[in-house]
Formats: sequence, structure tokens, C-alpha cells
Amino acid sequence: MTLTPAQTLIILLMFAIGVIITRFLPFVIFKGAKSQNSYIRYLGEVLPYSAIGMLVVYCLKDVNLKASPFGIPEGIAVICIALLHYWKENTLLSIGAGTVVYMILVQYVFMT
Amino acid sequence: MSTNKDKIKALKAAFPHTVPIFTGFIFIGMAYGILMESKGYGFIWSALFSLLVFAGSSQYVAITFLTSVFNPFYALAMSLMVNARHLFYGISMIEKYKDAGMLKPFLIFGMCDETFSIVYSAEPPKDVDENWFMFFITLLNYLYWAVGSVLGGLLGSVISINTKGLDFVLTALFVVIFIGQWKSQKEHKPAVIGVLCSAVCLIIFGQNNFIIPSMIAILAVLTMLKRDYKQKNELAEEETE
Repeated sequence: MTLTPAQTLIILLMFAIGVIITRFLPFVIFKGAKSQNSYIRYLGEVLPYSAIGMLVVYCLKDVNLKASPFGIPEGIAVICIALLHYWKENTLLSIGAGTVVYMILVQYVFMT
Repeated sequence: MSTNKDKIKALKAAFPHTVPIFTGFIFIGMAYGILMESKGYGFIWSALFSLLVFAGSSQYVAITFLTSVFNPFYALAMSLMVNARHLFYGISMIEKYKDAGMLKPFLIFGMCDETFSIVYSAEPPKDVDENWFMFFITLLNYLYWAVGSVLGGLLGSVISINTKGLDFVLTALFVVIFIGQWKSQKEHKPAVIGVLCSAVCLIIFGQNNFIIPSMIAILAVLTMLKRDYKQKNELAEEETE
């Protein structure tokens, strides 16, 4: 431990407060306003789709396209998941198979 | 009021949706516990962080604050920045959580990336109470994460199976939800905007600073498209009438 227990606890609370603010703020700001405000209603309808798209990019943010293995394992795994899910639409199968494909690729094929 | 039988029914309906999270959270939670342990913070600290902060990316960032000079204000600023994306989830869930009553505070507190994406996209069976269904998804994910980080802190380096790449399970989850939403929607613009704005910002601002620019870009583009979207929907409504 670099910090004292008291300091650690303060850092913990700071992070907890930050997370709580970002999670609760929209509910506090738009309390009861939603049904009247067409802009917020519009955002509530379209934002989830944009947010999931952003989350996919966020998960792949550390992929380096300029150095070996050039994001090939991620690319192959994502394509497998997309095709499998388009075809069978079985969530657990798509996630499980995609993850296994990725693990095989990074453990045996594209060893770095 | 919901009876215990209703609650058990909701729990049974919720569990299958959380299985991918179980895999991902136990593993990544353990990795977190192991890392904390290696910095001298035992499993009790891991458990406290996981139960009170409950945000994977923040908890990993927090480790850098635990291993350098004490700086609480910068820690708070960092936490707000890393978690800014939750603002989008909140705006998206205002309607769904509207009638959750006493469950609402916990639903909001426990709304991590994974819980948001499942609660938003999963439909409970018709005879299951939606609020309890959402509650159990949130609770199960919360517990998986806590259990994983405690296990990691306790077991440390004892485990030696090659789990390289297993954390991809969460990426896979988001891809699957993205595809599922794509198939269920005729309007693909919001999804495309989300991916494109984030990808462009990632290229411009780099992997550590792109989320807030992405959020601003997404909001700007969505705002510009509002009129277009409204007209289209009104037309569609007229057609169905």
C-alpha cells in the first residue's frame, strides 16, 4: 500500500461520488420533464442505439492497426459474431463462439 | 405488490440474460483483485471498491491513484471523465425506470455498461414483472463483479490456466446487442452515428481522450437530425393509420 488506509478510503469515495454523479444526474435533471420536453424524448429514443455503437468502439479502442497483429483477431472475431448472430440470433451462442474464436486466435495463431 | 413467487419468477427470467456477464465479470473482476493484491491492497479493499464504486474502468484507473501521490480532487475529476458515458445511459433509461419505485435508486446505482445494454435490450416474458426483472439483472451483475474481485484478491497467482483473450466476452456482448438492435430497427442512423462519431474521435483524440469528444459529436449530429427524424416518424404514423 502506497497510501494510508484513510487516504485510500478518500480516493475510494472520490471515485464512488464521480460514478454516482454520472449515473444519477440525468434522472435528477430531467425529473418529470420528460413527457413535456420533446428534445429529451427524442434523445431517449435514439441515444441508446448511438450509445451501444460507441460502446463497441470503446471496447476496441486499444486495438493497434499499425502493429502486428493489426487488429486481425478482433476483426475476425467480430465478423464471426455478426454473421452468427445474424443467422441464428442466439445471444449465448454468438457470444460464446465469438469469444472462443478470439481466444484461439490470440493464444495459438497470432502469438505476440 | 409483488409476492415472493413473482420475484423468484423474475429472477429465473433474468438469470439467462446475465450468463455472459457472469463469465466476463468473474474473470475481469478476478484480474482486478489480483492487480490490487499485487499493489498491496488486499481483497477487503477490492471488495469495498467493487461494492461502492462498481465501475470496472474507473476501478482500474483508481489503481493509478492508489499507487502515486495522494490527490483526491484529481481523482474525482478523473472519475467524472471516465464515467461521462453513463450520462447517455441515464437519458436513455428515464422512461424505462419511470415506474420502478423503491427499486429505482439501486437500478440507477448499478447501471454499468453491461447492465445498461442488457436491461435496455432484453424483454421479460409477459407474465414477469418488468421492474423486478430489471432489478435482478442489475443485482446479479453487481454480485458477479464483487465475487470476482474478492476471488482475485484471495487466490492471487494460484490460478494458472491460460485465460488470455477471455475478456473479449464483453466486447462480444456489445457486438451482439448492436447486431440485435440493428435487426430490430428500420432506422439505422443513430447506430451508425454512434460508431462513426466514436471512430473518428478515436482517430483524432487517441484512445485515452476520445469518449467526451465522441459524446459531444453524437449529441451534435443527433440534434441536427432531429427534424428529419420527426418528419419521417410522423409520415410512418400516417401510413399505418
